[in-house]
Amino acid sequence: MSKNVSRSTFNNYFKISGLILLIAGIVLKYMSTLESFKGKTASWNINASIYDLPIFLAVIGIFLLLKGLMAKSEGEDIVFSGKNFGGFLTNNAILLAMFVLVVIICIKNPKFMQVKVALDILTQASPKLIMALGICFTLLIAGTDLSAGRMVGLAAVISASMLQTATYANRFFPDMPQVQVWLPIVLAIGACMLFGALNGFLVAKYDMHPFIATLATQVIIFGTCSLYFDMEPNSSQPIGGVRPDFKAIGQMKFLAEKSIKNFTMNWFADGKGFPGISILIPIAIIICVIIWFVLNKTVFGKNVYAIGGNREAAVVAGISVFKNIMGIFILASCLYGIAGVLEAARTAGANNDYGNGYELDAIAACVVGGVSLNGGVGRVRGIIMGVLIFAIIQYGLQFLHISPMWQQVIKGVIIAVAVAIDLTKYRRK
Amino acid sequence: MSEYLLEMRNITKTFPGVKALDNVQLNVRAGTVHALMGENGAGKSTLMKCLFGIYKPDGGEILLNGKPVNIRSARDAMDHGIAMIHQELHPIRFRSVMENVWLGRFPGHFGVVDHKAMYDKTKALFDDLELDVDPLAMAGEQSAAILQMMEIARAVSINAKIIIMDEPTSSLSDREVEHLFKIINRLRAQGVAMIYISHKMKEILEISDEVSIMRDGTYVGTWPAVGLTTEEIIKQMVGREMTNQFPPRVGKPSDEVVLKVEHLYSTDKHSFKDVSFELHKGEILGIGGLVGAQRTEFVEALFGLRGIESGTVDKDGKIYKAKSPRDAKSHGLALLTEERRATGIFGILPILENAVIANQKNYASLGILNDAKRERDAASSCKELNVKAPSLETLIQNLSGGNQQKVLIARWLLTNSDILILDEPTRGIDVGAKYEIYNIMLGQIAQNKSIIMISSEMPELMGMSDRIMVMCEGRVTGFLNKDQFSQEEIMRLATMFAGHKKTAA
Repeated sequence: MSKNVSRSTFNNYFKISGLILLIAGIVLKYMSTLESFKGKTASWNINASIYDLPIFLAVIGIFLLLKGLMAKSEGEDIVFSGKNFGGFLTNNAILLAMFVLVVIICIKNPKFMQVKVALDILTQASPKLIMALGICFTLLIAGTDLSAGRMVGLAAVISASMLQTATYANRFFPDMPQVQVWLPIVLAIGACMLFGALNGFLVAKYDMHPFIATLATQVIIFGTCSLYFDMEPNSSQPIGGVRPDFKAIGQMKFLAEKSIKNFTMNWFADGKGFPGISILIPIAIIICVIIWFVLNKTVFGKNVYAIGGNREAAVVAGISVFKNIMGIFILASCLYGIAGVLEAARTAGANNDYGNGYELDAIAACVVGGVSLNGGVGRVRGIIMGVLIFAIIQYGLQFLHISPMWQQVIKGVIIAVAVAIDLTKYRRK
Repeated sequence: MSEYLLEMRNITKTFPGVKALDNVQLNVRAGTVHALMGENGAGKSTLMKCLFGIYKPDGGEILLNGKPVNIRSARDAMDHGIAMIHQELHPIRFRSVMENVWLGRFPGHFGVVDHKAMYDKTKALFDDLELDVDPLAMAGEQSAAILQMMEIARAVSINAKIIIMDEPTSSLSDREVEHLFKIINRLRAQGVAMIYISHKMKEILEISDEVSIMRDGTYVGTWPAVGLTTEEIIKQMVGREMTNQFPPRVGKPSDEVVLKVEHLYSTDKHSFKDVSFELHKGEILGIGGLVGAQRTEFVEALFGLRGIESGTVDKDGKIYKAKSPRDAKSHGLALLTEERRATGIFGILPILENAVIANQKNYASLGILNDAKRERDAASSCKELNVKAPSLETLIQNLSGGNQQKVLIARWLLTNSDILILDEPTRGIDVGAKYEIYNIMLGQIAQNKSIIMISSEMPELMGMSDRIMVMCEGRVTGFLNKDQFSQEEIMRLATMFAGHKKTAA
């Protein structure tokens, strides 16, 4: 049972299904504005049962349409068969499972289908994505980085401690002048990079396993950060009173002006207009693009894959393993530093326990996204998927009021199942 | 200008406990193929690694064009125009072929890789070398032969003046070897010097201009290849006359069938199909064929390592179905794998552990091992097989290839298996040790055991087998009895379907 379909026909499938979804979205949206569909009671209100579903349908429709239009029309035929279908299921198992989960959540609680919710999820995912992109470099060389979370805490504490308002009572540095906002940020990220260099040095110079090297650094960083945090007059008090210009780096929203809200009043089901895009989302997107470029278009990126894929071959090809490993850990720690600064800005404060355990979440997201712990395999696209999957699941489960304990269980199961399925792709014989 | 392009003088290198190189010299002229020969452990690879900057020699000097140079890393070596095709070097599997070729010197500007240029250069290089390989294909999906040709292309692309080839033909079929020789001849005409390491006498005599021989870390001498004979080379390599390459075979296999395989098909469509044969008690059945004939895949399936779709295996009159090597072992089968380092030895464990690992169960009561018994057994079988090592506690990785192989055979003798499957039993083993392995094989069949031997070396296949089964592209294409053995006939059977397939090179 198999059927051959040419590329152009295959692309047409995308175009057609995209068009259908787009039209369905428009029709549903139109229907929802008709008075006759707005029943007298709440249970009859069409908006209360589909919320922003039309918008999502239209967006997915446009995406599929573009995919159909942009794809190359030449190339080998696509074969539809039981075997290929099985392969498709294995390759996209996580995506499909997530889709099913989202559908279930939407049925149980239609409020989930809101643009506001989607933007919230993206906002929450952004700092985690930055972390994951950093840690993926260390995973690509078959290493790991246990110090990532503590670096977040370090960057958060350093940046917040120097960016408090002049009038705040419990200032970390009571006599510190109001410096330019970028200066403490650079200092915070720089401190992280220093520890990143220590990681890299231990791994590259002494051939230490990254697990051990970064474990040592993790403990050192936490100790250092706590000593700093415990200095007089702060004495381990949570840092607050953060300057508004610093807060803006984590909390600012684009397209959230009153005029836009008024203009888009009726576009969304909740009738409150466009909720605005958090600044964290574009920051994460820019970093994604940069990291994608580094991994795929630069010599450094290729060397990372080479060292991870076969270190010995890289050495005899004349690649300096020392320089590249240093580069990997320093670049990774720079990203953790950025995540830490954003975390401090977003929460308008910091303490020494910030970021604790973040590295494990980031590693989990990477492996679910197809990064191999054996090194040499992993793509930015997969990492984005991995981070989004965790963000959606976490948000969704909270939405359904599932207890945090169960959330942990489910998260763990997802990691195990996702990686098990992923590994079947590489298994031979 | 010096007479020689490369001069290595009085190179000395000591590893903990071993003097690997002792005042070794090597002089290579431009535009020649210089064969470097010696038994395994003679120091050829070590000498080449010194030249390529992977090892730092303790003493001696290296001169290029008469000028002394200091080579501290692989990068340095390449900058000096030296390229190396490594033995047993695996590619970066999940990256493309072209990335593997240009690794370490990607074309581009300011650290940004120019993919188009890289593709074009690879394409031009492959076209030039008449290699039909897609530069974008994943390296891990290529056959061993293609990967070896890829390594060769890589060395050519460096525009090296000196190319070191360490066993470049180990996974090439005869046709691909011919192709490689064409490339070598062209490079020679361009004035490139090539240092060619191989154990295959025929190749050496065919391709090289000069032959240097090493023995036990010392330099023996250099001779022009013209007029040199296999016997002479072997004599210089082992330091003694080798009148016979194979020990005499006494006795004949009995008519009793111990293993009967009928219509065996692999679960993998591209692997072996419809394999049937009988193995007699006290027989050595050789399996001949080219790379890709699925011989290894077949014996691995017999041993429970790969799936069997259909067909039956009959052992001593009983149907036997191996689902795992455990099953196979309990039925008296033993497999000596092709890749000794990857799937044979436990490098960091001592000889003792390596010898008894397949038989632990018999040394344990309630899960507690009887050390005295283990040592006694290991010692006696190692002695029987003449394993040369200071003690049973010596790490197996410190032994020569031949002695490692003997320990592995000892491992299977301890399990009392009566069918030994040997996959390339003498690959990468020096001449002297080969002879010992052959003796061990004959000793085993004299004890009424049976042997299935895969070998890619024609003389070995014909010299040791009682019968040869030839495979081509997964099918059995014929059986030859001892009186029918001839190189031409084996080749004819081994290439029966080759016309249908596009060759790798």
